[in-house]
Amino acid sequence: MLILECPYCGVKAEETELHAGGEAHLKRFGPGSSDSEFHDYLFMRENPKGVHFDRWRHINGCGKWFHAARCTMTLEVFGTYSAQTFEPPQDIRDAISAKRPDWTWREFK
Amino acid sequence: MKRYSVFAVAREALRYHSGWERAWRSPTPKRHYDVIIVGAGGHGLATAYYLGKNYGITNVAVIEKGWLGGGNTGRNTTIIRSNYLQDPSAAIYEKARSLYEDMSQDLNYNVMFSPRGVLMLAQTQHEIRGYQRTAHANALQGVETEFVSPQRVKEIVPIINLDGPRYPVLGALWQERGGTARHDAVAWGYARACSAMGMDIIQQCEVTGVRVENGRVAGVDTSKGPIDCDKLGMLVAGNASVLSEMAGFRLPMESVALQALVSEPIKPCMDVVVMANTVHGYMSQSDKGEMVIGGGTDGFNNYTQRGSFHHIEETVRALNETFPMVSRLKMLRQWGGIVDVTGDRSPIISKTPVDNIFVNCGWGTGGFKSIPGSGWGMAELMATGHSSLTEAFTIDRFKEGQFIDESVAAGVAH
Repeated sequence: MLILECPYCGVKAEETELHAGGEAHLKRFGPGSSDSEFHDYLFMRENPKGVHFDRWRHINGCGKWFHAARCTMTLEVFGTYSAQTFEPPQDIRDAISAKRPDWTWREFK
Repeated sequence: MKRYSVFAVAREALRYHSGWERAWRSPTPKRHYDVIIVGAGGHGLATAYYLGKNYGITNVAVIEKGWLGGGNTGRNTTIIRSNYLQDPSAAIYEKARSLYEDMSQDLNYNVMFSPRGVLMLAQTQHEIRGYQRTAHANALQGVETEFVSPQRVKEIVPIINLDGPRYPVLGALWQERGGTARHDAVAWGYARACSAMGMDIIQQCEVTGVRVENGRVAGVDTSKGPIDCDKLGMLVAGNASVLSEMAGFRLPMESVALQALVSEPIKPCMDVVVMANTVHGYMSQSDKGEMVIGGGTDGFNNYTQRGSFHHIEETVRALNETFPMVSRLKMLRQWGGIVDVTGDRSPIISKTPVDNIFVNCGWGTGGFKSIPGSGWGMAELMATGHSSLTEAFTIDRFKEGQFIDESVAAGVAH
C-alpha cells in the first residue's frame, strides 16, 4: 500500500485517502499550438519502469493537489512536494540521485 | 510433432507413458530470422502461429524474457466475450471468439473452451440504456447478444441476489456464446503448434536493445546475444512503453496493475460468467471449483505485478452484495498483472515510425479474450502490410481524432 505525505497538511496518507491524478508537470498546449504538440499533451504519457513523477490529490483530507516522486518498479517514494512548481525541486532530485544515481525522466536528470 | 488423440493415450498407456515428447523445443537462437516476435504470451504466439499457418512464414523466433505465458496470459480471469460497442472492436473480438470455438481442433491441444455464457448486469438506469444500446449495436454487427430481464437473470444464475442493498439487478446483457477457456493451455497449444512448424521459442531471453539502421529495424540485442531480423513484432503488453523507447518512439499509454483472486474450491454453483460493473466485481467458477474473481485497476502507474489491497476489499464487498452465498468463502490466492491502457481503452495494432517494426499493445483489461483475433490480424498486418481487422487500431488514430471509445464495454474502471 502506497503511503504519501501530504506536503500541505503533513498527514501521512495511505492511498485510499488520496486520488491519483496522472503524470506530473504536463505543459498545457491549446489554441495556437501545433497538431503534434496538442496530440502529445493530450495522449502521450511518460510510462517509465523506474523513477516517475505524478500528481496526487489529498481528496479525503485537505483536498489539495500535490506532486510525488516515486519508483514504479518498487513503489518506493522519494518525496512529495508542492503543486506550485513547473519542475521537481532540487532537494527531491537529490533524494532520488542518492538512491538511483542514473535516473532520468523527460529532460530531468 | 506427435498428434494427441485417444489412440495416442491408449498407446502410451501400454508403455508406461514413456513416449510423450516435449511439447516445444528450447533451441539456442540463430543469427538471423525473417521475423522476430518479442513476447511469448498469447498474443505473440498467436501472431507467430498465424504467420506460419496463413502466410507460410516459418523462419520466426518468439523471444520471451520470463517463461512462456507467464505474464498477463497466465494472470487473467479467462473470460471470452465479444459484446463491444464500436464496429472495429466487435469485429476483432468476434473474430477471436469464433476462433476460440475450434481452437482445440485447430491446434490439436485441448484449450478447454467452455461457451457457458457471459452475463453483464445492469444495476442503474444508465447502465440499462448503455447495454440496450450495445445489444442493438451487436445485432447490426452480427454479434449474438440479448438484453434480458431480471427474472431471466435469476433463471440463469440462481445464486444471485436481485435486490442487493445498494444496487438491484435491473436486467443484463447476455452473450450466450461467450465463456471461458484455460489460459495456460492457449499459450501452450500455440507454442506447440509454432514449434512444430519449425519456429524457435526462446525463453529467458530479455531484449536489451532494438537496433535501427536508416529508419529500419536491423535486429535486437538480447541477454543471449544479438539477433538480426527483417521484421519485428512487439507484443509485450505492460512493457510496450519500455520496448518502444528502445526503438526510439513513444506510445500513448500507461501501465497499471490489475488484480484477480480465487477462492477455495466448492461444488458447482454457477455455470456462467457474471460481471457486475456498477458495484464492480466479476466472477466465474473454474473446472476445479474455485470462484475466479476480478476487480478494478489501480489508478497509478506501476510495474510491480501486485496491486493495492483496497481494490480486493472493494471487489469482494461487491460480490458479497450480489452473491450472498460467497461471504463465507476463504480466498486461496491473489495476484496482479500489468496492463497497458490507452486513452480510448482500445488496443494499438499498428505500423510504427520505424520501418518493419509492428506493435500490438494497449489491450488493457481485455487481452485474453482477443488473443486469436489479435494474432490473426497482426499476422496479416506483418505479412502483407495491411489488415482490415486492425486498420482502425493505428497509433495515428489519436492524432486524427478517430477514437474507438470502449471505456464502457471494457467493463473495468480505470
